[in-house]
Amino acid sequence: MTRRIAELLRALGARIVNNWIWRLGFACRFLWVTLKESGTSFRRFHLTIREIYFTGVLSLIIILVSGLFVGMVLGLQGYDTLVRYGSSEALGVLVSLSLVRELGPVVAGLLFASRAGSAITAEIGLMKATEQLSAMEMMAVDPIARVVAPRFWAGVISMPLLAALFSAMGVFGGYLVGVRLIGVDEGSFWSQMQAAVDFREDVLNGVIKSLVFGVAVTWIAVYEGYDAPPTAEGVSGATTRTVVTSSLAILALDFVLTALMFRGH
Amino acid sequence: MQDAVATSNLVEVDNVTFSYDERQILKDIELVVPKGKVVAIMGLSGCGKTTLLRLIGGALVPDRGEIRVAGQIVNKLSDAELFALRRKMGMLFQFGALFTDMSSFDNVAFQMREHTNLPDSLIRDLVLMKLQAVGLRSAADLMPAELSGGMARRVALARSIALDPMLMMYDEPFTGLDPISLGVIGQLIRRLNDSLGATSIVVTHDVAEALELVDYVYYMSAGKVEFRGTPDEVRAAGLSSLKQFVYGEPDGPVPFHYPAPDYQQDLLAQ
Repeated sequence: MTRRIAELLRALGARIVNNWIWRLGFACRFLWVTLKESGTSFRRFHLTIREIYFTGVLSLIIILVSGLFVGMVLGLQGYDTLVRYGSSEALGVLVSLSLVRELGPVVAGLLFASRAGSAITAEIGLMKATEQLSAMEMMAVDPIARVVAPRFWAGVISMPLLAALFSAMGVFGGYLVGVRLIGVDEGSFWSQMQAAVDFREDVLNGVIKSLVFGVAVTWIAVYEGYDAPPTAEGVSGATTRTVVTSSLAILALDFVLTALMFRGH
Repeated sequence: MQDAVATSNLVEVDNVTFSYDERQILKDIELVVPKGKVVAIMGLSGCGKTTLLRLIGGALVPDRGEIRVAGQIVNKLSDAELFALRRKMGMLFQFGALFTDMSSFDNVAFQMREHTNLPDSLIRDLVLMKLQAVGLRSAADLMPAELSGGMARRVALARSIALDPMLMMYDEPFTGLDPISLGVIGQLIRRLNDSLGATSIVVTHDVAEALELVDYVYYMSAGKVEFRGTPDEVRAAGLSSLKQFVYGEPDGPVPFHYPAPDYQQDLLAQ
């Protein structure tokens, strides 16, 4: 009996070490090399711009539409609750704070992971499977500098902008529902929002969150793509892992960051 | 031949052993490629040919032994030195490995843009010249997905000669091609080698095409060089495993059946 438990524990330990700690170590080294080889991404910024188009610009539709709907739902739900306390004018504050501090970075991050992160993984994984990365290496061009780093930086740059647009669109959605549809006073909707939202504490903290999520998602995406076994099954598995791991990472990091930023007053 | 070229070898593989993890792929390989020649490395699938090519290109490092290209020991070079050496090498991958997000033109221009500061107008001329050499100047604007297998292989060939390499390496260049494309690629390998003044290594198991094309053959089996000689010597060779290979006989020293327990016993085991 004791032996069986010991064996089980050993197997569990081996799984954790092999699947998680080893890979985390590799991923950290990979990030380090990517950062070290990032010169090209900035010296030849058009490479990064091209990737910003693919990861950022092409994600705009899903981000803007989702932002609008999330804002409209917040408007409805927020009004429903606030009106019970007779403070429906505070709707602007509720909508904008929820978006800027929490929903903007988190939901935009989750959408970004499934829209852009999966695409990055699949593209790099397929480039590896079809020997394009080996070919590049044989042509004396470092694939990390030429393929990985521009995609990484494009994601890091795009993510905060997408989160900001998501929040802006959400506020607009809240305005449409709250003011235009339900009839909350327009003046107090905006002025209360203006008075209650602090640039440093709320907006800037939201930007920091989205920046951290951007790093996490694109790091996971490029790593999974580069590490993918060069087969159809390997690439599809890596793509799934990108979405799952980065979604979990966003939620976990969000808790940690919120706890660090929490002031409790 | 060995003696005559001993002083002017571009590639020398000296006593090289290589294994992936526990599995030994190459055992004490000795091989030279004289300057200006086209040399074939032939053998069955999985005998270590491609691995040998990757070792010469510096993508893998041998467990033991030395690989010299143009006098430099490839497996002892720093990354920067290796990249400098690779600029003088061209490699054609088994299925071309064209960059799928770029047109044929951009694929061929890739190395010129990465490694030189040539103006766009000059790059355009050079790219068109390379594409003309493989007969595909009019395909410059096509994307890799729009090319047939043979055309893609030719564009990849144009890309690999973009910087006029001194050493060309071909990894199974004939795989999956129709007879016409196959002939075209074979002819191009020979013609480009001679007109560029390059040296070529062709890894293949396509016997008929290779024997027509090359100056010298290394026949590998199970990670070892079993036979070396000119195409005529290969055809005349008495070595039974080589004969089986050259004439494509299904059974012989290389058995038709993958090693298995006794058939009768296996069936009756239930």
